Amino acid sequence: MATAMPTELVAPEPVRIGPSHGALHIRLNELWTYRELLYFFVWRDIKVRYKQTIIGLAWAVLQPFLTMLVFSLFFGRLAKLPTDGLPYPIFYYCALVPWGYFATSLQNATNIMVEQQRLITKIYFPRVVLPISAVLSGLVDFGAAFGVLIGLMAYYRIVPGRATLLLPGFLLLAMVTALGCGLWLSALNAIYRDVRYVVPFLIQFWMFASPVAYSTVLVPQRWRWIYGVNPMAGVIEGFRWALTGQGLAPGPLTAASAGAVMLVLLSGLSYFRRMEGRIADVV
Amino acid sequence: MSIQRGFDLTPAIRVSGLGKRYRIAPHQPYLALRDRLEAALRVPARLWKNERSGVSEKRGEIWALREVAFQVQRGEVIGVIGRNGAGKTTLLKILSRVTEPSAGSAEIWGAVRSLLEVGTGFHPELTGRENIFLNGAILGMKRREIQRKFDEIVAFAEVPEFLDTPLKHYSSGMQTRLAFAVAAHLEPEILLVDEVLAVGDLAFQKKCLGKMDEVAHAGRTIFFVSHQMNQVRRLCSRVLWIDSGKLVMDGAVAEVVSAYESAMSRGESEEPRRARGSEGETRFMKWYFADAREDEHPNRLESLGEVTVRFELRLASAVRRGHHGIALFTANRELVWARALDGLRLPPGLHTVSYAFPCLPLRPGPYFWQVSLWEEGELLDSWDCLPEMIVATPNLQHARDDWNGVLNLPCEAAVTEGEGVEVA
Repeated sequence: MATAMPTELVAPEPVRIGPSHGALHIRLNELWTYRELLYFFVWRDIKVRYKQTIIGLAWAVLQPFLTMLVFSLFFGRLAKLPTDGLPYPIFYYCALVPWGYFATSLQNATNIMVEQQRLITKIYFPRVVLPISAVLSGLVDFGAAFGVLIGLMAYYRIVPGRATLLLPGFLLLAMVTALGCGLWLSALNAIYRDVRYVVPFLIQFWMFASPVAYSTVLVPQRWRWIYGVNPMAGVIEGFRWALTGQGLAPGPLTAASAGAVMLVLLSGLSYFRRMEGRIADVV
Repeated sequence: MSIQRGFDLTPAIRVSGLGKRYRIAPHQPYLALRDRLEAALRVPARLWKNERSGVSEKRGEIWALREVAFQVQRGEVIGVIGRNGAGKTTLLKILSRVTEPSAGSAEIWGAVRSLLEVGTGFHPELTGRENIFLNGAILGMKRREIQRKFDEIVAFAEVPEFLDTPLKHYSSGMQTRLAFAVAAHLEPEILLVDEVLAVGDLAFQKKCLGKMDEVAHAGRTIFFVSHQMNQVRRLCSRVLWIDSGKLVMDGAVAEVVSAYESAMSRGESEEPRRARGSEGETRFMKWYFADAREDEHPNRLESLGEVTVRFELRLASAVRRGHHGIALFTANRELVWARALDGLRLPPGLHTVSYAFPCLPLRPGPYFWQVSLWEEGELLDSWDCLPEMIVATPNLQHARDDWNGVLNLPCEAAVTEGEGVEVA
């Protein structure tokens, strides 16, 4: 059985393998070639999560919900922090849904390179596919929690206005933030194994630096754009505003967030590409 | 299967000056960011650079590969042999782009698929069917391709009833079969395989070898690491021998494999060669094949036909009742054959002891002659002959190494219907 071999007379361009000198090109076309593999990684993550337990998915909903209850009680009813005129549960839950997505994606992205160590040391594919898959597979949990949010809004009879059309934009902002930070953390953790222990603390700290438990109204006007350098500030405010019409409309804060996130993403991609060569050796 | 294998003049792989260096910090199992940060506080510039200097004082460095250079033409089947830890897997990893070289470069023309392990990416919670798709995608197959070959893969793995059971319920043998079934249906232009063919039971092994043969004969370029010399002899046209990171030998199968086998049997330290030829002593001087031509290797046996082996003996004094012994040993010092001649009466001077065999049907590999001469109970000389005899005949035995005995007997085999038929 002879298979017809390609009959070029001129040898096509070879793939060159050599020591990289910290090249910065991101090779998007290579990523496109491996899109099916990305799909399979995300599909596998989701399938495995579903198969393992129902609790897995329930936890994705339970965690923001329980946190919302605690916040409503302590920050809302007892401490009486301003909540943009919204009922406490709505105020907190609107923020906790995107926040939960961000936190989970970040933790998953940090761990994924080390978890998939066997794969990385045996098969070639653009390594960036892994943190991307972590960020994408988090969307399923996000979807479940979002469903509960819709239910909650219906209960409190909050009707979303036209601003809701901008919601996908804010979701995208959240995804890009998760990806940018995820790239940094996954590369760092692959090389320095103690990074993953820092991440829970980082997330905790970050949450309080973002308008999850309080409103941005607390931040004086002229400092708001600096506050916006925290990209999640833009995401959370945007979510709240898009869904409920209350809170800060997109402005300098959102712009600062978007700018910061692009910076994080580009630097993350660059660092990741730079370290890629070493990762297979040390992971 | 004898398919014409014309090698393209186009190269498939070209490697030059390839090297891979690993830094080992003996007292640090892994790197911790806190150490790095401490070091960084001392020298801020180092944090950004892709270097690990300055973290620990003493740093060991090993070159897993050094100055490796070769070229592979399209359609060649190259075997890579060497001891464990020689650098073969590192070479494959570099060519698979799993790891980066520290020096040198490689150029590859064509799509590469590598099999460094079977079952990569298998997840125990997913079903067999799901794992086929996952593993296929990981190995580089497109989804449509997997769908097209799905039935073949399942048939090859012999697990059609279990497709929808989670993999964790499969026995390890079934898992391996499934893994290999997917891998066997890769159709790459260049295939890199790392010691994965020795799996499964006998029947499955046969199937895998058969499939490998098929792939080899389809004109694909294959790069194949193995410890099974028989497989290498069977499938490869050329062999690279890698030792301690260097390319020690690059040539025809029989030559390189035999050299490798003799080196392995000789072990690390070579016995100091005794000076043969001091005057005034009875000594066996050398051995050779009787009809070896000028250009042939003097110690290589390539024919399964008649062969005569000669030993030169120099007698310092006459021998009245000499006893001459000869023995043939394998590389592992197992006795293959021995014989003795008694009652020899020989004057001093040069003599030739000749052994004519109608054939020497031995399993290919290195063998050692040993000759001795005694006079009335006293040992005059005993010699473990060097160089070893390299049998480089075609191997007529079983495909598997462990089912190969010492005798490489030519025979006619036939199966006919009916009873009581004599097989000629």
